Amino acid sequence: MPRRTMIEAIRDAMDVSMARDERVIVFGEDVGFFGGVFRCTQGLQAKYGKSRCFDAPISESGIVGSAIGMAAYGLKPCVEVQFADYVYPAYDQIVSEAARLRYRSNGDFTCPIVVRMPTGGGIFGGQTHSQSPEALFTHVSGLKVVVPSNPHDAKGLLIAAIEDPDPVIFLEPKRLYNGPFDGHHEQPVTPWSKHELGEVADGHYTIALGKAVIRRPGAAVTVLAYGTMVYVAQAAAEETGIDAEIIDLRTLLPLDLETIIASVNKTGRCVVVHEATLTSGFGAELSALVQEHCFYHLEAPVARVAGWDTPYPHAQEWDYFPGPARVGRALLETMEA
Amino acid sequence: MADAGMLRFHVPEPEVRPGGTPDFSNVAIPKAGSVPRPEIDVDPRDIRDMAFSIIRVLNRAGEAVGPWAGLLSDDELLEGLRHMMTLRTFDARMQMAQRQGKTSFYMQHLGEEAVSCAFRKALAPGDMNFPTYRQAGLLIADGYPMVTMMNQIYSNEADPLRGRQLPIMYSSKEHGFFSISGNLATQYIQAVGWAMASAISNDSKIAAAWIGDGSTAESDFHSALVFASTYKAPVVLNVVNNQWAISTFQGIARGGAGTFAARGLGFGIPALRVDGNDYLAVHAVAKWAAERARRNLGPTLIEYVTYRVGAHSSSDDPSAYRPKAESDAWPLGDPIVRLKNHLIQRSVWSDERHAQAEAEILETVIAAQREAERHGTLHAGGKPSTRDMFEGVYAEMPPHLRRQRQQAGV
Repeated sequence: MPRRTMIEAIRDAMDVSMARDERVIVFGEDVGFFGGVFRCTQGLQAKYGKSRCFDAPISESGIVGSAIGMAAYGLKPCVEVQFADYVYPAYDQIVSEAARLRYRSNGDFTCPIVVRMPTGGGIFGGQTHSQSPEALFTHVSGLKVVVPSNPHDAKGLLIAAIEDPDPVIFLEPKRLYNGPFDGHHEQPVTPWSKHELGEVADGHYTIALGKAVIRRPGAAVTVLAYGTMVYVAQAAAEETGIDAEIIDLRTLLPLDLETIIASVNKTGRCVVVHEATLTSGFGAELSALVQEHCFYHLEAPVARVAGWDTPYPHAQEWDYFPGPARVGRALLETMEA
Repeated sequence: MADAGMLRFHVPEPEVRPGGTPDFSNVAIPKAGSVPRPEIDVDPRDIRDMAFSIIRVLNRAGEAVGPWAGLLSDDELLEGLRHMMTLRTFDARMQMAQRQGKTSFYMQHLGEEAVSCAFRKALAPGDMNFPTYRQAGLLIADGYPMVTMMNQIYSNEADPLRGRQLPIMYSSKEHGFFSISGNLATQYIQAVGWAMASAISNDSKIAAAWIGDGSTAESDFHSALVFASTYKAPVVLNVVNNQWAISTFQGIARGGAGTFAARGLGFGIPALRVDGNDYLAVHAVAKWAAERARRNLGPTLIEYVTYRVGAHSSSDDPSAYRPKAESDAWPLGDPIVRLKNHLIQRSVWSDERHAQAEAEILETVIAAQREAERHGTLHAGGKPSTRDMFEGVYAEMPPHLRRQRQQAGV
């Protein structure tokens, strides 16, 4: 099976979708001729023409707003916001328009769009190229929110998102674009070509939205993670020797609650990990759900490991990033509780 | 260099406030028929002055004059008059229904009926409007059933939107009427996107964007103009300048630009101003812009100069911020009276027939209202179910909503 980076897998997902369905179009800042600042759309304009892959003005509300109009017409736009940190000008279009169009018009108009955006830190991007705003979207009725953690999933989830009849926020952990990253920033990058999840089948396949996967089976404690934190959690489990069951959520909304409940009821302990800031983060929702559904199986308080409640700093990136040492400490404390 | 002194902060004010004498002497009104009608493939740079004039067809004597006249037959004009009269009567009845507690909220069109009624007739089937809350004439003039509009206003059991949307936020794809958001200006860029999609698909349909004077200050208005200009989208960009954004006079959004139409100039978009109370002028200018869009010549910005005679909404009281008699002083008159006088001048209408038509229309509207009320009003009779509240958030209900619906006991 061919090995691909996450960038290549994402590009392949758009390529496959554009070849199968001429309603699929791709646009965004620097997306057309150049192929995107992370090269996710490289070659698509040459292959499908300027009507189906083109550069947009620097206007996120314009990109998402025009995509909503295109979707109302009957196209299936898959647009790129250059960094998740830049999505806020489009927030009104996403929250008040895309998310509610089906509901408010009782299905007269629908909004099958995908808004792709690189998310998360670990690249010395400072406060404007590092944020993880997923909780701002999981709070919104009518959206779906996806965070892939590897090339294989990224392709299958993105094709599923493009084919989905409703708007999907597709957050791509940019630190994973070229290889899995476990938080040990001082070590050389492992490329996806050396990782089994870098195996990406050719052609069309989908991974259903709303289905989590167990990355590491274990009996001692459940770790709920997504994106980059999946690998950080794996490193923490190896380094502490704790037999953690690591769940890669993949889709945050809708959430695969069944898989979570089954695991926590089995282990009796739960640690929630995300890179986004702690307060009102998606971990708060996960923690609440676990105590609602698994309270009588819990042997320790649900722990959360997250980014500190500060803006994402530049020089202090590795003090901010919830790396394997912090996750490991949470695992140990949860086991001792 | 001389000392410039202290900086002073500038806040524009309308000419007159409550208690003052209404004064529109600063609104320059060109004579009807005086503005030329350029070819549709005109270079936008050659008609920049049109962004500062006003295209008018009907003169004080009720005659249709000048190069923008002569597009509509007597029958079409009589139909247009009927549409405007219907909209006004519909508004009066629904405003009253709101006061009677049959619904929570209403927004009327008083004085602005010509804009949406005449515009609709310049479009072709399949074209799509992205309206604001004051363009119900688009539906009336397209034959959308009044009963269905009322069902929506009442949020009753026959409401096509199942009680989810604020009154008057209609949606009808079939009638080329995009779902009204209620948030301002968001639909402007969506209209441009829809038009881009039509061009991407090599279709022949065009879009029409709608916005009010106040909302042009939103960034989505500017995004829309950039995208429309860049991609030469087949879209008509409408700005309805009715002088008032709730209590805020249009100068607050307009700033130093002479007119709202002038906003188009920096984008290289042809920009026209039209007498919004002149059915013939609105239709002729809309037709010109629609033709440009359909022939791949790109967007046109149209500013409709009109006046919001009524309150902003059923929750608003204009006497708190503008003189009571201001609407009487408005120099462009009443759109219904002006078209009526024109048709009388053409000897195809009379005061008697007008009075008779008013009575007939009132009867039709009341009959529709009775039928709608058989399906319930907001607080009485049939209403959408609690189950409807949970449906339609997604194409397929996800597990967490199913759980919540069960918790709600439905």
